[in-house]
Parts: sequence; C-alpha cells; structure tokens
Amino acid sequence: MIAGYIFLYLPIVTLIVFSFNDSKMVTLWGGFTFKWYGVIAHDTEVLDAFKLSLKVALMSATASVLLGTLAAFAMVRYKSFWGRTAFSAHINAPLVVPEVITGLSLLLFFVFCERLFGWPDRGILTIWAGHTSVGMAYAAVVIQSRLLEMDKSLEEAAMDLGCKPFQVFTLVTLPMIAQSLLAAWLLTFTLSLDDVVATAFLSGPGSTTLPIVILSRARLGLDPTVNAIATITVAVVSVGVFAGSLWLNRQETRRAAEQAAAYREGMQHAVAA
Amino acid sequence: MQQKHQGAADLTGDASFVRIDQLTKRFDEVAAVDDVSIDIRKGDIFALLGSSGCGKSTLLRMLAGFETPTAGGIFLEGVEISQLPPYERPINMMFQSYALFPHLTVFENIAFGLKRDKMPKDQIAERVEAMLNIVQLKPYAKRKPHQLSGGQQQRVALARCLAKSPKLLLLDEPLGALDRKLREQTQFELHNIIKKVGVTCVLVTHDQEEAITMADRIAVMSNGRFLQVGQPHEIYETPNCLFVAGFIGDVNLFKGTVEVDEPDHVVIGTPECRHFVSHGITGTLDMQVSIALRPEKICLQEHEPTIEQRESAQEHGYNCARGMIDAVAYFGKFTLFHVKLDSGMVIKATRENAARHEETQLVRGQRVYAWWDGSDVVVLTN
Repeated sequence: MIAGYIFLYLPIVTLIVFSFNDSKMVTLWGGFTFKWYGVIAHDTEVLDAFKLSLKVALMSATASVLLGTLAAFAMVRYKSFWGRTAFSAHINAPLVVPEVITGLSLLLFFVFCERLFGWPDRGILTIWAGHTSVGMAYAAVVIQSRLLEMDKSLEEAAMDLGCKPFQVFTLVTLPMIAQSLLAAWLLTFTLSLDDVVATAFLSGPGSTTLPIVILSRARLGLDPTVNAIATITVAVVSVGVFAGSLWLNRQETRRAAEQAAAYREGMQHAVAA
Repeated sequence: MQQKHQGAADLTGDASFVRIDQLTKRFDEVAAVDDVSIDIRKGDIFALLGSSGCGKSTLLRMLAGFETPTAGGIFLEGVEISQLPPYERPINMMFQSYALFPHLTVFENIAFGLKRDKMPKDQIAERVEAMLNIVQLKPYAKRKPHQLSGGQQQRVALARCLAKSPKLLLLDEPLGALDRKLREQTQFELHNIIKKVGVTCVLVTHDQEEAITMADRIAVMSNGRFLQVGQPHEIYETPNCLFVAGFIGDVNLFKGTVEVDEPDHVVIGTPECRHFVSHGITGTLDMQVSIALRPEKICLQEHEPTIEQRESAQEHGYNCARGMIDAVAYFGKFTLFHVKLDSGMVIKATRENAARHEETQLVRGQRVYAWWDGSDVVVLTN
C-alpha cells in the first residue's frame, strides 16, 4: 500500500516541490523561491488560456448537466418508448469511444459544416460542443443512478397532494436530485478543465485552453512555470475536494446521529405506552 | 355479490358513497383487477385483503389515480372520477413507505397539500396545527422526517393526508413498515383517528389481523377478484370458500361426503368422524365437501365428554373424535395443541389459559377426546 501511495503521489509532490525551485533546471534544486508564480501572473498566454478554460468548463458543465438530466429522466421515467435501447447506447457511447475518435469526428463534422455554411469557426464554441458531448454522458450516468434509487412514491405523493407534473419536478424531484446535479456539474467541470485530446482537435488559433498550453510548453522543454501552474491547479482541486468531502461527511454523521436519537425516542415511547 | 347494481337512484346516497363499477385493469393481457364491483358506505373503513399480487394495490392505485382502468368506472358521490389525474381528485393516499418529503420539515410536509390549494398562510398554519394536535406531534413540527421514529413518521404521513380533508382516504399497508411491538398500539390509534375525523377509508393489507381489527368491512381478494365481502366476523365465522377460510386465521379442514341432507341439518362422513352440522347446505347427497373448523372451537379433554357437556352441545349436534396429543406450544394467553386423530389426520386446537393454573395439564403423547359443537363448523362446497 505504501508503494502504491508513493507511486500515486510522489510525482505530484515532486512537481509541487520543484515549482518553488530557484533554478531554470527542472531537476536540480537551486533554493526556494516564489518567482515562477510571479512570472505566470504576468504571462498573458497562461492567463488567457486559464480564463478560456474556466469559461469553457463553466459552459460545458452547465450544458452537460442540463442535457444529462433530460437524458437521465427519459431513461428512468419512460421504460418503453420507440428506440429506447438505441438511445441508451447513444448516451453511453461517449464514455467508451476513445476521445481521439470523438475529437477527430467532431473536427471533421465542424470542418464540413464550416465549408457548407461558413460556420462555426473553430474556437470556444467548438470546444464547448465537444466537451458537452462527452460531459453529458457522464452527467447522465450520475443523475440516472440517483433517479433510480429515489423512492418513486415521493413523486406520487406530491401528485396526490395536488401538484401538477411540472410542480412535482420543481418542488420534489429537483430538491431530491440536487446533490447529484452538483456532483455531475463538478465532475463535468473537472473533465472539461483538464481535457487535452478533444480540445486539441477542436481549438483554433487564439483559443487554447490551459492544458494545451501546459502540454505545448512541456514539449518544448520542461519549464518551472509549468510546475507552478500545475501546483495551483492541484491546490485548487484538492482544497475543493477536501472541503466537499468534509462537508458531506459532517452531514452524514449528523444525520445518522439524529436518526439514532429519533429511533431511541420512539422505542421509549413504545415501552412507556 | 349482492352489492352489485343497486340502481341509479341510490348512486349519491351514503350507502354507495364510493362506487366501483365493473372495474378492470389489464397489464399486457394479464388482468390485475378483474371486473370488480363494490359500493363503499360513507364513513366506513373498507379493507382490501389479499396476498401479494392479488390486485389489491392496483385497485388502490386506480382509486388514487396512478393507474387508469382498462374498463369500468369509479364514482365518488356519484361523480365519475376514473379519468381524472391524481391532483384533481379529492382523495389522498398514505403510502406504505410514508413518502414524506425528506427536505421539508414536519410542518412543511403537512402544509404541502394546502399550499397547492393556494390556502392563505394563516389558515394553513391553523390547519397544520390542528392536524399536529390530532396526531399528537405538536413538539415535532420543526423536525425533518429522518429525525422521527417510524411510528411518528407514520403519523406525519397520516396528518399530511388528512390536512386536505379528503373525501376518501387511502391507506397502503399502513402498518407494514412498523416494528411488531408498535403495530398493535398504532393500529388502535390509527383506527381512532380515522373514526374521529369520520373520513371514508379504503385500506390495503396482506395482514388479516390488521384487516379484522381496523375495518368495518373486508373484501378478500385473489387473482384480481373479490372472493368474499363482509364484516370481519362474517368473513371469519362464515367463510364462503376454502381460500377465504384458509387465508383468515387458522383452520382445520376435513374432507368428506354428504350422508344425510335435511333442510335443518346435514351429516357429513369423514374418515375422522361423522360430522353433524346444524344447518342446511346447498348441496346434494354424496357430494364431496370440505368442513372448516376453527382451532378455538375444539374442546380437548382427557376424559370422555360428560352427559352435561353432550347435552349442552346436543341442540346443535355434538361431534367427537379421539386422538393423541402430538405437540404442545404455549403462547401465553393460549396454548396450541396438535392432535393426531385416529384417522391419521393432525388437527390444531387451542385452549385459552384463562386461569393461572389449569387443573388438567395436557401433555404430549396423551390420549384425548376432541369435541365440538355442530353449529361451529362451516361446510364448504367448492
């Protein structure tokens, strides 16, 4: 297990340590410094790429969750409609099709469209479309599993108490699946943020995302700025994940305690009565 | 069923407050509910009793509006409602899982239906308060459902249903999710609340005890049809077929042929004994019949029944068989005996432990006389 941990995390630790390295050489320790962080703060290429990445990730996560919810609903709520099996396969396909293929085929499609209609230029829109096509598949899977485990009688009860179908959705279903929507959003956000393969096919001149910048810089020769960028990313992600799981854990413990208390109370009542 | 078609004049009367008319529901050609007709009186608790898959839940869901009938109609106060969506029916249902909204407090759960009716806020608060009082959960208004015990959750579910003052209350296995210990107590509470509110109620259960204690009338269902409809004691004491007799309570079944067929009594010969039955039956001589006898109707004793005992039973006819006690199970308030009769048949007999020290303890292996009154047996012809 220790070997496993070393294998998993030592590279990341090395990367972080060397982002504070006061030397141009990536493999030689030359003293502690923050200067690479200063450098990237003024590096417009990195900053623009970062902004674009965020924008794309925000857009594609939101679109993925919206489309994924619709797909998941169709799959869970309607057990038989014409072409259901095909539809299910189509939802899951992006999960198994190699991303190179997805990227390439989307590229060909967009080039074809551009030739026919003069639209779209490769850029933020095409990246967005690419990320969403993969992301919505992931979102659909996450939301679908939540919908499946949700007690169907909750929705029936809502209807029974006077909710029209749309009210059932907004007042009961949505709050019930909110957590899975958030999870799906975070998942697709991260997927989009660090996607290289599909993005490489779909980005155009002047629209490079952060991972592409990192990759191209690393290819030109290792550069401590890359380490610095990566460290920031790692920091943001791990703080996010840590806070998230801590919060969930707290909720869970509190809930369990409250449930146990209610049960004990109930038993006491039963004995007393 | 004699309730069928009482004429249109009666349609809005209390006797047919709810009318189910030749209702059928098919799922892919399989009839879950098969041509069922019944009238339910206003204020009655009506139980649908049957094992799983008998169609009782489908029938309930049609009343609630979650299933559309394949044929037939449902009338509430004379108004056909079977095509209305659930949210337009003046009917509320308590789900087996309670289906309390986990993201809402007890108060908000009970207020949920009232808000949909656009009731003013202060009236909602008043109504919810009243409901909380009825189910005795006032201190719990601010809690979330997971902070309540099973019994409390059940009462919130009930309060939520009653808040809208439905014309018809539907209960789906109301006690199914509770611990055994809580059940009995809850059964009475539930019954009292429903009777106090005075709402007409249809209840689905597979538990015969629950049906017998809660309901004013019971319909025993099997394969989508009603086998028998009647008051609890009618169903128990005069079952009309083998299924009903076996489904409700314990029963001993003797198989035999009709030997004497008179208008006021019959005699049925079985390998165990000649059964004297003190009422006439619709049957013919030499017909194959079954005799149902409840275990608590059988007296067991070591010595031969005395002249007085025989004479007391004589006016209804006296039946007796000899056997040996095969097993004894002590249940506290009564003791269950398995008696192996000389014919080889094993019957069940119970004896109430009314006194703390029974004078004659019957033990395993003991020879006994088992005897019973001729009016206590039911002859089943199918």
